[in-house]
Amino acid sequence: MSGLNTLFEQVKAEDRAALIGYLPAGYPTVAESKELLAAMIDGGCDLVEVGVPYSDPVMDGPTIQVAADTALRNGFRLRQTFDVVQSVTDHGGHAVVMTYWNPVHHYGVDAFARDLAAAGGHGLITPDLVPDEAEDWLDVSERHELDRIFLVAPSSSEERIVRTVKSSSGFVYATAVMGVTGARESVGAGAAELVRRTRAHTDLPIGVGLGVRSGDQAAEVASFADAVIVGSAFVTAAQEGTGAVRALAEELAGGVRR
Amino acid sequence: MTEQQRKPHDPDERGHFGPYGGRFMPEALIGALDELAAEYDKAQRDSAFVEEFTRLLRDYANRPSLLTEAPRFAEHAGGARIFLKREDLNHTGSHKINNVLGQALLTKRMGKKRVIAETGAGQHGVATATACALMGLECTVYMGQVDTERQALNVARMNLLGAEVIPVTTGSRTLKDAINEALRDWVSNVDTTHYLLGTAAGAHPFPVMVRNFHKIIGEEARRQILEQAGKLPDAVAACVGGGSNAIGIFHGFIDDPDVRLVGFEPGGHGIDSGEHGATLSHGTPGVLHGARSYLLQDDDGQTIEAYSISAGLDYPGVGPEHAWLKDTGRAEYRSVTDDEAMDAFQLLSRTEGIIPAIESAHALAGALVLGRELGPDGLIVVNLSGRGDKDMDTAAKHFGYVEDS
Repeated sequence: MSGLNTLFEQVKAEDRAALIGYLPAGYPTVAESKELLAAMIDGGCDLVEVGVPYSDPVMDGPTIQVAADTALRNGFRLRQTFDVVQSVTDHGGHAVVMTYWNPVHHYGVDAFARDLAAAGGHGLITPDLVPDEAEDWLDVSERHELDRIFLVAPSSSEERIVRTVKSSSGFVYATAVMGVTGARESVGAGAAELVRRTRAHTDLPIGVGLGVRSGDQAAEVASFADAVIVGSAFVTAAQEGTGAVRALAEELAGGVRR
Repeated sequence: MTEQQRKPHDPDERGHFGPYGGRFMPEALIGALDELAAEYDKAQRDSAFVEEFTRLLRDYANRPSLLTEAPRFAEHAGGARIFLKREDLNHTGSHKINNVLGQALLTKRMGKKRVIAETGAGQHGVATATACALMGLECTVYMGQVDTERQALNVARMNLLGAEVIPVTTGSRTLKDAINEALRDWVSNVDTTHYLLGTAAGAHPFPVMVRNFHKIIGEEARRQILEQAGKLPDAVAACVGGGSNAIGIFHGFIDDPDVRLVGFEPGGHGIDSGEHGATLSHGTPGVLHGARSYLLQDDDGQTIEAYSISAGLDYPGVGPEHAWLKDTGRAEYRSVTDDEAMDAFQLLSRTEGIIPAIESAHALAGALVLGRELGPDGLIVVNLSGRGDKDMDTAAKHFGYVEDS
């Protein structure tokens, strides 16, 4: 049904994993975040996650916390998320939005989905919304033909993995380690095991995130996952500007093609 | 919790009080919440656990706490009779010890060795550090940097008790950010660590579990007021930050429809100033720290920083059961400003020789207003949730007893 299906089919046809990069909308400003996301796409990201800066990002480590805080202090408004998504679409890229639930809840789930779809966005990644609480979103996402990317974790029981993948579409987000976001020395041995456990219950592509920062790590994750997700490392690169973001994307894009 | 075990006023099996509560949490923590819910469920039905908890409350925490009439204070309340539920006399000086002993026992049952907690004023942090010392558990307390400064003595107490206190320097550097940081710790260390949440908020099962550990406040108060006044009160007053002391005392009277349940929230510098923590009176429904409830938020759903002179009340969220009690009309919520609370703080000290916590002084200020509304036949029980020793620095500055440095 979704644009993400087509995207992942194309990537699979090339016999490689997809590269997914994250940056917050409005970081450091709305205009600059559009340029940074364009640089990610130019450098080889197949899909970008547009983050929504939020006041209480409990799943995020210091790098993304500071970025969200900077964006908010620079006056970021929630509706600008859609401008940023539109800029990705206009640049020929593909975007999903990654957001904590309260901004969506407050904007109105249906209105948020409508505006995201109108901007060409493909769906939502919801780090603090589990399917158990997602009744509205399950319904609204169908209506607006958006994908629902829920998360699985090393601590998820088989029963919860089954429930999560059944509620998901587009792809499934596997959090590689038990912890918050942030670049790490190693991705964690648990990642491959989590992908294996998840694969047993779904044909959806499985993306692995939390901790990836180098081409080598990307290659390692690409050997067992359908997509490599990189966040904090891009935020760190963004502090140096579009050149550094593009260079990191190229390195990682090389990694997923080894 | 299975349907058969649900009691009246319990949430549904997924932790919903009407449209509030639930679990808005990262998937990585759902397993730990399930484990906690299952263990709590078993413990409630295990007579050994119930007996041990009851014994600790009696022999360690000093329960039952007294119910003390406050006639000289009540002269300022239109002549209504006012009784104080003396949670200030518990070990560690507040109601917080009830919940902490219960959850520390559960931590041991789950075989976990490490406890983390958040604290605002320091009451919950001190209580947690105390229970961890008693039970030999490792303890880390997250406390907003602003609060570590205004409650420096409580930091020293926690250190003395063997706890590590980590000042939180993100966001508003107060209670909400301490909770964020504790959640980040928990998701990284969940196999070894229990998050001993200090209020009846957060994701299921915390709201119902914390309430049940504090229900004894209301059960004792109901029995005591019947003995001492020969009838039920017209109103029960409590302060509401996250809402744990209020939900504890309210539940003793929740099935007595003629008893009004009145929660008093921090009005700070006044509602119009925008600097307050009156979540239920002036907030809107939203999701924060794992549950749907009322919260202070801006047009984009970003949390607004709460303010109160009381470090224990400046929280922009509130427990989900209070949201439900508000919507159903079973409880009512009003706000009390810093100045009103401080006046009541001084008044109780001077009329009864009892120095209350500034948190509890919000309930006292509310009771003065309620008493005038009820008139001379009125009967009010106030939850005196904590003692005010920790607040001397704030009080001395507020009243000009010392130079404001």
